[in-house]
Parts: sequence; C-alpha cells; structure tokens
Amino acid sequence: MYKIKREDLPALFQKIAADQELYLPVSTAGQTNFGVWREEAEVDLDTLKTVKSPKDVFFPQSETLYTCYREGKKLSVEPETLKEQDFVVFGMKACDIKGVEVLDRVFLSDPIDTFYAARRDHGTIVALACHEPEETCFCKVFGVDAAHPAADVAAWMVEDTLYWKPETEKGQKLTEKLADFLEKAEDAGSETAVAEEEEKIRSIMEELPYSHLSLEGWNGDVLMEKFESPLWEELYKPCLACGTCTFVCPTCQCYDIKDYDTGQGVQRYRCWDSCMYSDFTMMAHGNNRTSQKERFRQRFMHKLVYFPANNDGMYSCVGCGRCVEKCPASLNIVKVVKAFQEKEGAKA
Amino acid sequence: MSIEAREEFKPKIVAFCCNWCSYAGADLAGSSRLSYSADVKIIRVPCSCRVNPMFILRAFERGADGVIICGCHPGDCHYTSGNYYARRRMTLLFSMLDFIGVENGRTRVEWVSAAEGVKFSQTMHEFVDKITSLGKNVRLEDLRCRKS
Amino acid sequence: MQEIVNRAKELLADGTVKRVLGWKAGDLPYNPEPAYFEKEEDLEEFVYNGFCGANLSKYMIEASKMEGKTLVFLKPCDTYSFQQLMKEHRVDREKAYIIGVGCKGKLDIERIRRMGIKGIKSIAGANLEDEAETLTIVTLYGEKEVPYKDAMLERCHVCKGKDHMIFDEIIGESKETKDGDRFAEVERIEAMSPEEKFAFFQKELSKCIRCNACRNVCPACSCRKCVFDSNKFDSAQKANVDSFEEKMFHIIRAFHVAGRCTDCGECSRVCPQGIPLHLFNRKFIKDIDELYGEYQAGADLEERGPLTSYQLDDAEPGIVAERS
Repeated sequence: MYKIKREDLPALFQKIAADQELYLPVSTAGQTNFGVWREEAEVDLDTLKTVKSPKDVFFPQSETLYTCYREGKKLSVEPETLKEQDFVVFGMKACDIKGVEVLDRVFLSDPIDTFYAARRDHGTIVALACHEPEETCFCKVFGVDAAHPAADVAAWMVEDTLYWKPETEKGQKLTEKLADFLEKAEDAGSETAVAEEEEKIRSIMEELPYSHLSLEGWNGDVLMEKFESPLWEELYKPCLACGTCTFVCPTCQCYDIKDYDTGQGVQRYRCWDSCMYSDFTMMAHGNNRTSQKERFRQRFMHKLVYFPANNDGMYSCVGCGRCVEKCPASLNIVKVVKAFQEKEGAKA
Repeated sequence: MSIEAREEFKPKIVAFCCNWCSYAGADLAGSSRLSYSADVKIIRVPCSCRVNPMFILRAFERGADGVIICGCHPGDCHYTSGNYYARRRMTLLFSMLDFIGVENGRTRVEWVSAAEGVKFSQTMHEFVDKITSLGKNVRLEDLRCRKS
Repeated sequence: MQEIVNRAKELLADGTVKRVLGWKAGDLPYNPEPAYFEKEEDLEEFVYNGFCGANLSKYMIEASKMEGKTLVFLKPCDTYSFQQLMKEHRVDREKAYIIGVGCKGKLDIERIRRMGIKGIKSIAGANLEDEAETLTIVTLYGEKEVPYKDAMLERCHVCKGKDHMIFDEIIGESKETKDGDRFAEVERIEAMSPEEKFAFFQKELSKCIRCNACRNVCPACSCRKCVFDSNKFDSAQKANVDSFEEKMFHIIRAFHVAGRCTDCGECSRVCPQGIPLHLFNRKFIKDIDELYGEYQAGADLEERGPLTSYQLDDAEPGIVAERS
C-alpha cells in the first residue's frame, strides 16, 4: 500500500495527465460530473455521487462511428479510429465499477463492441471508497462493497491522506509510474487507518434505509408473472416520460444510431437512448411499446428480470441511487420493488 | 487576423424573402441590373411570418454567418397581418440571441416592397459589409458542420 | 393536511369526483410523488408538505381524458398553469374540481444537499401547519438546522403571489415568501459583455444531458408530438454534442412557450444538472413586458397572448441592438 497527502493530489494529477488523459470528478457551474483533468479544472472529490455516472468514459453519450463523403461521383467512408492511448479514471465508486461490469456483459460478449472494448483495454481505474454513504445508496443489496471497491487501484481518503492500493497488473503499472509521488505505507498505522475507514463505511451501510431492500421474487424466471402484473398500471402514472433515470444510470446501455448531415458529408453517430422515449426501438412498422405504461415497465423488467435471465442472474441495477435522487416525479426502482413486495405480502 | 485572411473571408448569408414583396424586389434589383453580393443566398417564403425561429438557428448551425428576413412593409402584407406577427417574433428571438451572447447585427429584418429594387440591393450591400466586419459566426455554428 | 384529506374523502364519497389527484408520501422524508387516489382508504397515503413542489396542472391534461371529474389540488402558482391550459383548450374545466391549497414556499432538496447535508433520516418542519421557521434535519452524520427560507426553491423567492387564479374552494393558509426580484438575474446577465454572456450560457448548457425533463414537466409544453421528437424531418436531436444542439433546443423550447409560460419554475426544479432554465423564460417575459405591455400568462382567460396579437406601432426588431 502507498499513501499521499491530500494537498499533493494536484501534483499527482498533473503527473498522471502529463502523458495521458485523466478523467475525474470535475465541478462545472455547480454540478459535479466526470471530466478530463485540466490545470484550471475544479476537481471535486467530496461529492459522493456525480450527477451522471462515469459510464460515459467508456461509453460516451454521443460518438461518431464513421463519416461518409462524396467526391464527384465517388463515395468514401472514413471509419472512426478506436481509442489507442492509455488513460486513467480517478475517483470512481464501487457502484460505478459494478456498473462497468454490467456494461462489460453487454458490450464485451459476442459480437464485441470494438469502440467500448478499446476504451476498456486502455483505461486504468482508480476507485475511491465511499467516505460518507448517503440515504439514497443501496449498493449493498447488489453485493457491492462500498468500503473496498474492486478496481485496478483501490483508494481511501482518510482525513487528509489518500491511501492507494494497486490490485491488478494495470494498477501496479500506474503505481510504478507514480513512484515519485506515492509514499510507501506498509506500517501498521496505515493498515489500521484503512481498516477503520472500511469498518466505518460498512457500519453506515448497515444503517441506510434502503440497504435491506429485498429482491426476493425478482429473477429471470418470473417474466410473465411480473409482466402481467396489474401494478404497472398504477406505478407508471406519475412518470413524465423523460430520460433522466436512464441518462444518470451507470448500467443503462441502450443507444440509438442516427445520421447527421453536416453539409460536407454524413456522420453516422450513436447516442444514448432511453426506453422512456416514444421513438425508442422504433421500427419501420412503428413502435413495439405504444404506451407509457409499457415503456415504464420495460425499464424495470429489463433491470430486474430480462437482464438476470440472460446473464446468470446478474441484475442490471447496482444501487447507486442516482435515479432516486434525480427523478422529477420522485419515482424510482426502490419504490417499484417495494410496491411489488407489499402486494405480494398482502397475497400471503 | 491578418489583412490577407480578412480579405479572404467570404460571408455566407441567408436571406428569407417573402414571395409577394421582397422576392419581387430582388427580381426588380436583378432586372434593373443593380448588383448585390453573390454571398447572399435567397430562400423564398410565402410570407415573412413563415420564418420559423428554427430556420434561422438551423441556418447558423449549418454555417451561415448572417441571416436577414425581408417582408412586405407593415400594412402591406399579402395576408393582411403576417408581417406584424413576424415583427414581434423576430424582435423576441433577436433579443434572446443577444442575451446568450451572439453578436448583434448577425440578424436583421428589413421591409422591402416589390418596387424597391434599389433598397434591396442597398440593404444587401450593407448587410454583407456588416457581416464581413463581424467575421465568421462561431458562436452558433455546429462544429460538426465545419469544413475541415 | 387532515382537513384536505377529509374534504377529499367527502367528495369521493358523495360522488362529486371520481378520483383525487394529489401527492403520495414517499419512502424518504422528501420524495412524495404525484398520484391518483380512487378509494377513500388510499388517501391515508396522501401528503401535502413543503416537498410537494410538483405542479399537478400538467397531469390534468391526461386527467381531462378520463371519465368523470378529478379532484385536483393546486398551489397558487399551479393555478396560473391550469388557467393557461384552459385557454389553450388542453384541459377541461368541467372535468376538474379544483381545491386551492395554501403554500408557504416549496422546498428544494438539491439546495439542502448543496449545503453539505447528506444521509438524511428525517426532516421536521416541512409541513404546512408547522409554525417553526426552521427545518430540523436528522442525518446519519448528525442533526442540522436549516432556515426554511434558505431551503426554498428559487421560484418561491420571486413568488407571483398567494392568490389562486381559479378554484372551486380553498383550504389552508398561505404565507408570503417573496423576497427577491424576479428579473434581477436576467438584468445581471443583460449587463454582461457578449463574451461573458456567451461564456455563462456555454458553461451552463454544456451540462445538459438532453433528458427532456424540462420539456416533459412543463405545463406549456403540451404538444402531442414535440418538434424535437419528430423523426420525419431533420429536427430530432438526440446527440449530445458540445457545440450547438443544446443551445438550439433550449432557445427553441423557450421560444415555443414564450407568451404562454407562466414562470412556474418547474423546468429549473427538475433539471438534474441544475441548469437555471427559467432564465430563458424570464428573458422572454421581461422583453414582452417592456415592449408589448405587462402580461402574465394564466392570469385570465380572455386576453390574447403577446405572440398571437400585435399593435400597428410595435417596435421594429432593430430595437434589440439599440437596447443592448
């Protein structure tokens, strides 16, 4: 394990960013999101949750796939180059890393998404343990350990010291590169400090209101039963059909592919899509889901039933709680799970 | 910017002209052999109030450096009152563009009748000069549309 | 609050209304959701407190298509939106039984979070009946006291007034919350240089994630098909690129509601990225007031909107350059 004083972090960031991109939580006009480190960037390591999850580091909200040009009577196609440089993401949280695990299932299984794969290959993740978990967090429900994130490097901020523990080969490589900045911390005091911080985080996790949410009855085998439940009819009513929940979510992975006529050529791009939108998965014949109830149901069925059915029981929710915080109508996945629980409880 | 580069700048200007007055005014300018800059691209619309604010923003997005809307003089609208509505809309839109920091003068409304070929030609000369002095529109352009 | 619930039960029982549109208690101290209640016993979950900021007028568009009357609870500012929707024939007055509820300012959980308060377990002082001027927030990390005023939504500091524009009956007292000038921020920006203005909006709008929450919550945005959802022609914009699209979306959206926007502030309340979207609307309102005479959308049913009327001697668009 290594350590570095908090006040020396800017120098560390500068060193990392000297020859590669460094993504970390940056505050812009009062809101914190992951962004590229620059000398003048307002780095914010105190905000627990960025508004958007850091998934866009690996899966950007919009990215060009290729561009077509016309020269006289000829058409030429210029493919977009894949990410070729290494980069570092600093400050991801345990839930966000679990989110990347979910995305891996989608994009790294056959057929492999080469854009995503290239970014995964070149990215090194330095994760930060959650110093003060919040009431909207429920990652514990999905078996995430907020006290010890599973990344290339795990880090803990204890008072004014950042403890740094490389856990993979990539993490080791990055650590070696930063040897001048990181101080060895093999002493018992450092070990205790981290162990105490972990203990503190875990005990708070126990106290959080959502931590003991039960997902009993939600798995890949209950498709029809849940699909046909009359509860959806009630639950969807306040939904405004905006895409906030999908766009702040660390696991939502649906995208749309569109063309943009630039006047010089046509850019084919993909961008995040939301199952809450009326043109989601629009086909020539029209749309599969024509009512908001169906769209609303799709989101939760996908997270809790369809995804586990196809991925060995893995849910595609990680309990980050961003949708809980941001939904304009105060709806969220926890309320949905609880509503089903109450109804099923009444049945028994 | 060097003097040479400035001389090279050819503004792209979109002129929305109403079918009944201003387009005929442009015609008259042509048939009277009055000159106006070839940088002005005219789009004929049925009435000045047909000009949706989106048209204007879209033009800027795709690389226009200035947009001018020409219609019948107030009181002379072929549809009685279209230009009065357009006047309010454009005033508010221009004010919003000013509010978000777009240089004043990139947009303009001018009333040109079918008999005013001279005014049409003069207005276009003036507008081209104005846009040339303002330079390239960078604040409202979509970078994807930029010629590389 | 009990008075409201009792009255709702009465109206359901005697068949005056078929359903009640109100707010249902959430599972955290601050997240009640808009909800329909069809049975008297369901109303046990009804709540009306400082966190019921949601403007229910928009939901009345759908409720107007349902069978029978809907009892709806509207705060003073929500009644402007309802009346404006009536003017546009988007809601049916006959299908609504309006109870105007009192308001002493609505709370903004984001503002509370920005004070560094996290791990919230309970919040006391948010009810309409509470006399206290402070909120007592118990968190996992200790107890915090916050003045009610400091936790209020921006819109409540520039409240249009506590009079209901339209109602069948009124329950509950209101308290004046206005302590700021509605146009102060707009004026501050107007005084900037073009470069500063541009930098300000560039920074704010670069946060936009195109989630459409502002549009979907807006009572004035009631088109069946939004121009930005149309894939028939080239106006659908889904890409989130850092150059122009957000600006286009927000300018056009503000323009489409200009003269109809009641300044209810829902757009800014729901924005997940905290973009001060009300500034666009207020700029239009300020211009309209100054150029075409004071106008408050939703304040009456007769007057024509400023963009659907004109005067022969209206200012020419060139006035913009003179004013700036």
